[in-house]
Amino acid sequence: MSGFFVNAALISLLTLIAFLAIRLHRLFAVVMLSGAFSLVAATLFVVLDAVDVAFTEAAVGAGISTILALATLSLVPANEKPHDFAFVPAFLAFATAAMLAVAVADLPVFGDVNAPIHNHVAPDYLQGSAEDIAIPNVVTSVLASYRGFDTLGETVVVFTAAIAVLLVLGGWTRRK
Amino acid sequence: MSNLIAHWNYFLVIALMMIGFYAVIARGNMVKKMVGLTIFQTSVFMLYISMGKVANGTAPILTGDATTLYANPLPHVLILTAIVVGVATTAVGYALIIRVYESYGTIEDDELIKIIEAEENAEASNA
Repeated sequence: MSGFFVNAALISLLTLIAFLAIRLHRLFAVVMLSGAFSLVAATLFVVLDAVDVAFTEAAVGAGISTILALATLSLVPANEKPHDFAFVPAFLAFATAAMLAVAVADLPVFGDVNAPIHNHVAPDYLQGSAEDIAIPNVVTSVLASYRGFDTLGETVVVFTAAIAVLLVLGGWTRRK
Repeated sequence: MSNLIAHWNYFLVIALMMIGFYAVIARGNMVKKMVGLTIFQTSVFMLYISMGKVANGTAPILTGDATTLYANPLPHVLILTAIVVGVATTAVGYALIIRVYESYGTIEDDELIKIIEAEENAEASNA
């Protein structure tokens, strides 16, 4: 039950940060709030037993993304033009939320040991990791060994993104 | 009501997701859209990580004790990949914002549409 309160407090904090981030017009504040959002999300991941995800989120989500956003803000205007509350998008968001809520009601109970997700390949990985790969951290052994090709695919995506950024910002494609 | 308690984490994640979604579709400023996208993305990560949670379990690092319950490592691996890919795509988005600003002098959607329409009209009247 204590987990419930820690989780609920963290998610309330996240909601507050997200709400402020879309309300404010000074983009520096918005970007810093988005960094804070990632950091609190990392804390939530620790509570949900995903320690590897937590430190990746803290380093990459809160660190690198915030640096990228600040670098962008040094080149573009740092204030947003004030906007009125937009009713159609708000309605769309509410409608989507309602549909998702209906769908979520069909999911297994939160934290249920017998949920289908825990009875597929996950037990094999948890049992096999010690003998097959001899790494106690199962996340590492799945990432680097069982699903090594997926990680290779991820690297290809990151490489492609790096090329795209260089092409967009590099000298070749610019009209002088 | 029992549903509400059994799925509370998912419902709160949906609320967060929709705040991000609203920022993406309602805000005209492109940096704000990117921040909205980041919030949306992180909420999806939370949804996945919530699914991997096992009550009374611990992080999937083997303790050697056969009775220990572990959280499901698969969503963790998926989301590790998604975080890194997400930052890569965000970097491309910011690069595009910088180029749009260099070319048009604005990063507000509505102003950008006006400038592009004016350019198209000018081209049409020249032709």
